[in-house]
Amino acid sequence: MEEIWNGLVKALQLIFTFDPEVMQVAWLSIRVAVTSVLIASIICLPLGSLIHFNNFRGKRVLISIIQTFYSVPTVTVGLFVFILFSNKGPLGGLDILFTPTVMVIGQVILVLPILTGLTITGLNGVDKTITDTARSLGASNWQTATAIIREARFAVTAAVILAFGRAISEVGLALMVGGNIRGFTRVLTTAISLETSKGDIELSLALGIILIFIALVVNIVMNRIQQRQ
Amino acid sequence: MAFIETINLGQRREGRDILKGVNLTVERGEVHALIGPTGAGKTTLLRLIDMLDRPNTGKLLINGVDVSMSEKTKLETRRRMAFVLQKPVVFNLSVYDNVAYGLKWRGFNRNQIHERVCGILETVDLGKYSKRNARTLSGGEMQRVAIARAIAINPEILLLDEPSANLDPVSAARIEDLIRKIIKQSAITVIMATHDMEQGQRLADKISVFIDGEIVQTGNAHEIFASPRNREVAEFVGMENIIDGVVVSNEGNMAAINVHGKTIEAITEFGVGEKVSVCIRPEDVTVALARMPSSARNSLAGMISWTAFSGPLCRIEIDCGFPLVALVTKKSAEEMGLKKGTQVYGTVKAVSIHIIARH
Repeated sequence: MEEIWNGLVKALQLIFTFDPEVMQVAWLSIRVAVTSVLIASIICLPLGSLIHFNNFRGKRVLISIIQTFYSVPTVTVGLFVFILFSNKGPLGGLDILFTPTVMVIGQVILVLPILTGLTITGLNGVDKTITDTARSLGASNWQTATAIIREARFAVTAAVILAFGRAISEVGLALMVGGNIRGFTRVLTTAISLETSKGDIELSLALGIILIFIALVVNIVMNRIQQRQ
Repeated sequence: MAFIETINLGQRREGRDILKGVNLTVERGEVHALIGPTGAGKTTLLRLIDMLDRPNTGKLLINGVDVSMSEKTKLETRRRMAFVLQKPVVFNLSVYDNVAYGLKWRGFNRNQIHERVCGILETVDLGKYSKRNARTLSGGEMQRVAIARAIAINPEILLLDEPSANLDPVSAARIEDLIRKIIKQSAITVIMATHDMEQGQRLADKISVFIDGEIVQTGNAHEIFASPRNREVAEFVGMENIIDGVVVSNEGNMAAINVHGKTIEAITEFGVGEKVSVCIRPEDVTVALARMPSSARNSLAGMISWTAFSGPLCRIEIDCGFPLVALVTKKSAEEMGLKKGTQVYGTVKAVSIHIIARH
């Protein structure tokens, strides 16, 4: 109990004294997670819509596969990205292993299924009468799709929040492809892992509290956006 | 050339024929009601006319043009129509944005949209709710938003699918008033589905009766309600007395029909020996305690077998060899002391009786 209390006090100290190292680690965590979720959103929202609005053979199977990948272990994605970008890998020539860039790529892959799948679920949740009403009002196929996406915006925003949560809280991938290099690729989760293994529980707890705090702020911001919608 | 024409339109779903070769013609400016029981195929036909679904057979002509020619023709034609669904459907947006949606899709500019939307919201009496999210409104208000959204685009054709069916009586009456106002103010062509035959009678120029995926009869309200073509139509339009009989004589279309041993006189072209059904509306039966001298050709003696009061009216069934239902005012029933077991005479004029063939 005392450790938790001390962790809380230390977290507040680190936040309010703007500890440069903690700030740098926290900022990188936010930057990597936000960038990857943004990129994933740009890919997944049209991709999810494309799958939802088109009928093709194997659509159900494809959706099932996407949903299966919701729970893909982060270390599996990490391993895949590591192989891809290691010196001997097909993309090794890019020489971006152990950089924030490859961490972003890894997180994009990690959240792709969840964001695509939940976009499809969100669009599925829009009542068919909305589609009929849009079409009966003279909407073209594109205008109908836009109207439906607009109707599903709450579900889509929730999917984005969930994807951000998965991205900022993952540790396996960041460790494997980022390498936890101090001042370069160290993020909150990898720092917590390292400090715990070194026995500095208080600092780990403080970093954990900061991580939760960031997640809380992002959630509040997204909820505000949702309410304004 | 009719403005709207469906030729042999058929729709099959899950092995069942929902529409069986429907031929419907609607003239420009006409208000045409499709009446029939739930599940008869009215909504399916409206959806095909609005091209929301593709028919299995037949085609749809608007102004003589086959609309199934291309997707472009479909979209262009659909943009001349508006469809109000049975369930009030609104987008999860403000009332203003809901009404503006169709105009935005047609490329109207902001000022034009503002002017049009504000005007229409006043017409449907929702001006004060323009900024409110449409999903927070009551069912009746939502349906008014849906109607406003439909008429905002100035459609040539308005399709209404039981627009007041799911509403409370007050909201339903308000929606009907609104529809009447729209019909009066514009030369719009309206096709409305309703299972409320009285609503069809009140609003429509022409009525088509839909039974089991087919149009069984088309005509004006008087033709449909006074002269139903067959037993199904007769039952649907409220002919409570449909009694089977056989024509025993016919002189100059004045026929005598044997009904359960009693003779009923009616005007019909059916010949001697033909099996018919005698249709009598309950409101056309006059009830008296004694046989009264009158010009009415049919006076049937019997005993009241039940009475049922409903508001200012009383429905009574007279057992005169066959059950004959009559409708009298509650006041008359009380003054005459009509109750179960009372001996009465049910009198019906020959001209009030409609005869249909019995199959």
